[in-house]
Parts: sequence; structure tokens; C-alpha cells
Amino acid sequence: MGQTLAEKILTAKSGTNARAGDIVIAKVDVVFATDSTGPLTIRQFKESSFEAVHNPDKTILFIDHSAPSPAKELSNDHILMRKFAEEQDSVLSDIGEGICHQLIAEDWAGPGDVILGADSHTVTGGALGAFATGMGSTDIAVAMALGKTWLRVPGTIRVIVNGRLPKGVYAKDIILHLIGRIGADGATYQSLEFGGETIDKLPMSGRLTIANMAVEAGAKVGLFPSDNVTQEYLRSRGRSERYIPLQPDRDAVYDSAIEINAAELEPTVAKPHTVDNTALAKELKGVRIDQVFIGTCTNARLDDIAIAAGILKGKKRNSHTRLVVGPASQEVMLAAIKEGYIATLIEAGATIVPPGCTGCLGVHMGVLGNGEACLSTANRNFKGRMGNPDSFIYLASPATAAATAIRGEITDPREFL
Amino acid sequence: MMLKGKAFKFGDGISTDHIIPGKYLSLRSNLPELAKHVLEDADPTFAKRVQKGDFVVGGKNFGLGSSREHAPIVIKMAGVSAILAKSVARIFFRNAINVGLPVLICNTDNIKEGDELEVDLEAGKVKNLTNGTEVTFSKMPDIMLGILNEGGLIPYIEKYKDFVVNPGKNA
Repeated sequence: MGQTLAEKILTAKSGTNARAGDIVIAKVDVVFATDSTGPLTIRQFKESSFEAVHNPDKTILFIDHSAPSPAKELSNDHILMRKFAEEQDSVLSDIGEGICHQLIAEDWAGPGDVILGADSHTVTGGALGAFATGMGSTDIAVAMALGKTWLRVPGTIRVIVNGRLPKGVYAKDIILHLIGRIGADGATYQSLEFGGETIDKLPMSGRLTIANMAVEAGAKVGLFPSDNVTQEYLRSRGRSERYIPLQPDRDAVYDSAIEINAAELEPTVAKPHTVDNTALAKELKGVRIDQVFIGTCTNARLDDIAIAAGILKGKKRNSHTRLVVGPASQEVMLAAIKEGYIATLIEAGATIVPPGCTGCLGVHMGVLGNGEACLSTANRNFKGRMGNPDSFIYLASPATAAATAIRGEITDPREFL
Repeated sequence: MMLKGKAFKFGDGISTDHIIPGKYLSLRSNLPELAKHVLEDADPTFAKRVQKGDFVVGGKNFGLGSSREHAPIVIKMAGVSAILAKSVARIFFRNAINVGLPVLICNTDNIKEGDELEVDLEAGKVKNLTNGTEVTFSKMPDIMLGILNEGGLIPYIEKYKDFVVNPGKNA
């Protein structure tokens, strides 16, 4: 009997014949926490009799959620993290370096890895064929100390995407469409495993967007095969030696399968206050937007910024719509400056915020006012997410976001292409 | 172990942003202060009304969203003895067990706000003393029961120094 990607990786990392439903103890390759969950991770670590982290070179503390700090309490959390990294001789990623999930993709994740992060969007690493999943602070503290964790091997939903993506339709529209179809709990405890000709051709930036949002359907992981796209990405990052091919077996056993015809997709938007509350952008014409946010671990890579800049070039944001852009990492920001995208966006009226999570989680840099609506390229639109329960968040692709910034209301980006 | 208390009823899809609103995230290292705002975006009066031993009763996909472990911690700090829901998001489920807060998966349709409940953790039964109905809840994996029995993951690891399971078994 063949194996799914999840079963293959966990077989290798647990030394057992891992099958869906089994409880296994798996070796952990990379473990990380952020300034949102790291302080509690450190306190739990110190409350136990642990002395040292198991693998300091692959234990990372990211200061990205509130960076630079907007409050003294958070500044003190940052001190705690810097001190812990120093004591443990582990890796510190300080303010401005970027969002943990982007940096994990750039510098750490490789096919076949088990990656644990104290952040739900750790699933992003699945784009590189890593079994990457989010856990809470205590699980992460224990994984840091022991270098292993317990996992229930997930059953798998095979998602097959075929057909050519139409102009103006992107990876974000595929994943919003999927979540709209299966619901916010459509893949709870399961692995979403992506395949098909559209996926084979999808660049790493798009794979990262899709894997990132697997958790919005409740999935434990969102896994992509490791193929020539993976190989090329790792080569471009100077990590060619990390490449191994990884595909599910042809006779793998799946819980279910979903087929998506990419050619039939249209620009899609998740409406307030749940990610599965989807509609087509063209159906939401006339919905006034006060703020457009192009950023986050979902959609702030160079490809995303290039798409937004392409639409905004020579145009201006609507006078009643603020436009906030936050690149995913320092490298992305530098490349976007060199390519001229940042100048284009500023000329269109954008406010550029530093690489980091910024406005996504409602602490700073784009908190919404009462009754305001934001169209964001993020992954989550829960009530109160951007700091105000009396506000409304719509989720869409960078192209839809750019078109919306120009018109000041939700706009199908194909009107500008 | 028997638990007894009043039900606080919530709907489907209670997220970690409902449990800990983003605007209070700067308090995340001040748990007692954070606990004063627990579930505020879902029920602004909850934190004031909840008493020791009470239950949080949800619908589908309770605890979806962020991995912030502060969410089950502040629910526990508010005095809640267990969460009952039709289904629970996986990170929240692990986090709750890791901090020693039982999460029971069962049909919650017959439980209304204010109902008196009695939970028998060993027998896997929830008795609704107000309307006389009874439901059973699904058994959790042995490793989670083991962690819960020790009061959380840290005491569990302190005792066993490792995870104790039979690899490959549907524990």
C-alpha cells in the first residue's frame, strides 16, 4: 500500500511505518517561536527542569509580530527573547528581518523536514515539501528541549488542480475558492495534499500562499510535492544541497479527493467575518473600502508586490482609501526597491511599513476604526482581528487589492489588466 | 473525576481572536489582566459572570485560528473546568490539554445557556441536570489522556522525561 506525502515524511522521521491515524514520535528538524508566543514558550521552558535546547542551530526566535515594538510590555518581551537566544546560543531574527514564515521558506525549510512553529501559519513550509505545523508555546518548549514531538499521522485530502489560471486569477484565488468550498473546518486534523498540472507549474511564491492558508480549512499541514520548482527555488536561495525529490505514491490511500478546474476560477474574496464566507470580486462591486493592506505571510513576496505595482503604476489610490504595503522580508523589500516597485507604490500613494506581521493581527500599523472596512491580502478576517471588533475585513489577492485601492471599492482586477 | 457547573453557551466558529481580542495582545505576558477580557468579543459579560467550575459550551470548530496558548490558559484562569464542543480546532485542542484544561467533543445541541451540567470524565458522560438529557463524549488518544492526568505537558514531561506511547499503535 502506497503512502501520502504526510505518511512518507513521518515514516522517515519516526522510524515506523507511519499510517494515517497512528500516533508517532517524530524527530523535529527546525523549531521556532515568535514574539507573540515565544515569551510563554520561554517561561514554560524555564518552569521545567530543561537546561538547554536540543539543537540550538535550528532553534529560532523571530521578533516579527510587533516589530518594532509599539508598547513597553512588548519591548520587555523582546528583551526576554533576545536574552534566551543568547543564553541558549540559538538563532535570533530581530525586528525588520521579516515574517517568520517567509524567512523559514527563504533560509530553513527543505523537503522531508519536520518543522514546528509556535504560530498557526507554520503550515507555509509545506510549499517546500516540509511537514510544517503550528503548535502552542508548551508543545514548542518541549520540542525545543527534546528535539522531538508526538503527532497523530493525519489522513489526507488530495486536492488536484488542473487547467490554466486565467489572467487576473492567482494562487490566492485557488485557496480562497477551496476554503469556500470545504469550509473553515473542512480539513480539520487532516493533511491537504496538492497536485495536478496547475500546481506543477505554480511558482514557489504561489505555493507558499496556498500552503499558508491550509490552516484556514483546519488542516494540520498543506503539502506540496518536491519537484523542479522546489529544486530551482532552493538553488536560488543557495541551498541546492537540500533538494530531494518527494512525491506521494500513486497507490497512496486518501480520505477524499477534490478537483478544481483552474480555468473556471475568477478573482475571489472572503467576506467578514470568516475565511470560508467567499464571493467573487465582481459580485462585491460597490463595497466601500477604507484601507487596503498588501502584506503578511500570505501575500507579500516579490511576485505579489510586482503584481500590485503593475496595476498601480501611473495611478493613484482613491482619496478615501488608505494603502498600506508591508514586504514579507528584508530581502523582499530590498529587491522591491531595486526593481522600482516601492517607488511605484509610493507614487500611487502607498504607505510602506517594515517587513513583519504589522497590521495583520491588530496590534499596530493599520488598526481599523469603528465601522471601517479593510481589504487585505492576509489569511484571516475574524471579528476583531485587526484590532477592532467593530470593523470589517475582506481577504483577496494582491491584484484585487491594488484594483480596489484605485477605485476605493472592491474591484475585479481584470478591469485593469 | 466529576465536574459540576453552569453552561455558558457559544455558537460555531469561536476563534482565538474572540477568546483574546487582538487589541489586548500587548497584555500577553500579563495573564491575570488578559483573563479579565476572555471571550469578550463573543460575549462581553462572560468574564464578569463566569464562576469557578463552570463550562464553556461551543458548537463546531471551537478555538480556530491562532496558536496562542494564552487562549486556553485565560479560559482556565477564569475558572472554567472544561470546554464542551461539537468539534475543536487541532492546535487549540493540544494547547488546552497541555495546560490541563479538559476539552470534550460531544453533541452540545441540548445544552442551553445557564443549564446545570455534571461531567464524569472517566465514564465519558455529560449530564444536563436542568433538562435531564445525557450525552457521551469521544475518547481522546491515550497520550492526551496521559498529559491531562498529569495536569498538563510540563508536569507530564517532568515525570516521564519523554513521550510515552507505543509507536505505530492507534493510541
